[in-house]
Amino acid sequence: MFSLLNIRIGFFLAKRQIRRSSIWTTILIIFVMFFTFINLVVVSGILVGLIQGAIVAVRSHYTSDVIISTLNNKTYIESSPEIMSIVNSLPQVEAVSARYLEGGTLEANYKTRTNDKEKPNTAVASVTGIDPVAEDEVTNLSKFIVEGEYLSPTDYDQVMLGAYLDSEYLPIDSPGFTTLYNVAPGVKIRINVHGIEREVTIKGIIKAKVDEVSLRVFMVDSQLRSIIGRNDYNVDEISIKLKPGTDPEVVRDILKQNGIDRVAKVQTYADAQPKFIKDMIDTFALLGNMLSSIGLVVASITIFIVIFINAITRRKFIGILKGIGINERAIEISYILQSFFYAFCGSVIGILVLYGVLQPFIAAHPIDFPFSDGILVAPVGGTLFRVGLLMFTTIVAGFIPARLIVRKNTLDSILGRN
Amino acid sequence: MIEVKNLKKLFKDGETVTEVLKGINFVAKGGEFIAIMGRSGAGKSTFLYQMSLLDEPTEGDIYIDNKNMNSLSISEKTYFRLSKLGYVFQDYALLPEMNAIENVALPLLMQNISEKQAYKKAGEALSKIGLDKKLFNLPSQLSGGEQQRVSIARAIAHEPQILFADEPTANLDNESSRIIMNIFKELHKGGQTIIMVTHEEEYSKFAERIVHLDDGKIVQERIQRQ
Repeated sequence: MFSLLNIRIGFFLAKRQIRRSSIWTTILIIFVMFFTFINLVVVSGILVGLIQGAIVAVRSHYTSDVIISTLNNKTYIESSPEIMSIVNSLPQVEAVSARYLEGGTLEANYKTRTNDKEKPNTAVASVTGIDPVAEDEVTNLSKFIVEGEYLSPTDYDQVMLGAYLDSEYLPIDSPGFTTLYNVAPGVKIRINVHGIEREVTIKGIIKAKVDEVSLRVFMVDSQLRSIIGRNDYNVDEISIKLKPGTDPEVVRDILKQNGIDRVAKVQTYADAQPKFIKDMIDTFALLGNMLSSIGLVVASITIFIVIFINAITRRKFIGILKGIGINERAIEISYILQSFFYAFCGSVIGILVLYGVLQPFIAAHPIDFPFSDGILVAPVGGTLFRVGLLMFTTIVAGFIPARLIVRKNTLDSILGRN
Repeated sequence: MIEVKNLKKLFKDGETVTEVLKGINFVAKGGEFIAIMGRSGAGKSTFLYQMSLLDEPTEGDIYIDNKNMNSLSISEKTYFRLSKLGYVFQDYALLPEMNAIENVALPLLMQNISEKQAYKKAGEALSKIGLDKKLFNLPSQLSGGEQQRVSIARAIAHEPQILFADEPTANLDNESSRIIMNIFKELHKGGQTIIMVTHEEEYSKFAERIVHLDDGKIVQERIQRQ
């Protein structure tokens, strides 16, 4: 079928048909192909990006590239100062933030409560002690202040309240989860950690689409250390930001080789992802592929109709071509090549728009989903696979109507007989 | 060169069967110029289509150079048409997206002739019929007569054994028709076998033999003095 001669003649015919066909028709078909391509790549890319955005956010604003955390059977990371010196000595490390974590209770309405029968407005939170400068270098926490100000290292009896602990930002009130009412920067709240109570002022409200940030209350590490009486400088989390281009796995392995994994969990940001996140990515990718396949079917039908109408209106000329001795296969190839041309142009424009405009734009302006800043995930390998899929489908959709028309009786085609 | 034996062609439309050709026997020698004439519905175009392998007869045999055309497969017939036969249709049958030279070069390219050679031969064929200044015109940019000349150039560029023409002047004015018939005359002088269907007495005079069909049968044959 695909002899060189037939391909050559098919190309000759296709080139002239495309060149001398209506420019608007050609643009319209390419436009359909372009949107099909975008639909194929972007729908699944956004769905995966929805989760990927959450993963990126957790990496950027909480775990950073490598995270060292407390073993399940320990209450803190033993020998934290030694671990910190090992971490700081590594040339791949750009910044480090050590955190103290303690469970605590926050109370908001203790000043306005008039009698003991009135229910205290409390919320349970993870009280986190940080070095505000180091934390900001690692997680850019100051970027997420939505009200008030970021902590400074000398702030005492001041906290940053996670927005999900403030009813204004998360108006949920269930028996298992409560938030604070009428709190804002400047308002005093009471913190109870290990039975020790402190009155602190809210300096700022912090909101990120990462629960580990928005469900915490942050204070300067020295103050939390004094509240819990931890004088050994042993911390609960160490987030490590690496220099650009460094493979987190390499640093994780170096830290493990230094024996840190005997006293703490050493994980890359990827290791620290819960399994359900990975399952969700697969689920969303599947969902995206299902939605995209509908687009593919629509594109196939479009090309089928376009080629069918093209072939049926040119039935007489197809008959003439056969009449003067042009091989049927060459005529079919000419339609296959036309379909290929439309799919190719649509895909090339799609790739240019995808990588030149859409992906950089969405990366710079993530889609504001409730639980993540959605990005567009479009790995080159996956995109090329979809291009191949679109080409294949289009070619088949172009071949079938061409075959239907070409196989008709030559003379009937020439004379327009049915 | 071409011999037709007991050629029959039936058309079925539901229960209705129409016998258009009723057992025709016919012989054409190499180099002859034959005009097939008859009134409308006599079966002359149908007869031409069977001989030129554009259609399948219901019954009977067609021999070209002593080879029974019934023995050829569809693709072999296509190749036979490409290499041995030439066609001139009533409505020119040019491909609208190709200019004159491309229309003529296409069958040559299908014969695996190089593009350069094909365009050279196509150019020569068009020059031969006086269209050397309109090589790159699209059919829509040519008059009816010029389009028919391109159609003739396409039919003769590959030097076919037999040139079939179906009412080649039917859509043309007198002047253009005369030009076309003079081209046929010149081709015939050069030894080209031509079988032409026409209903115009005036142009049948260019042929050396006239075959009259009526009701699907040859009713008269006469040789003309040129």
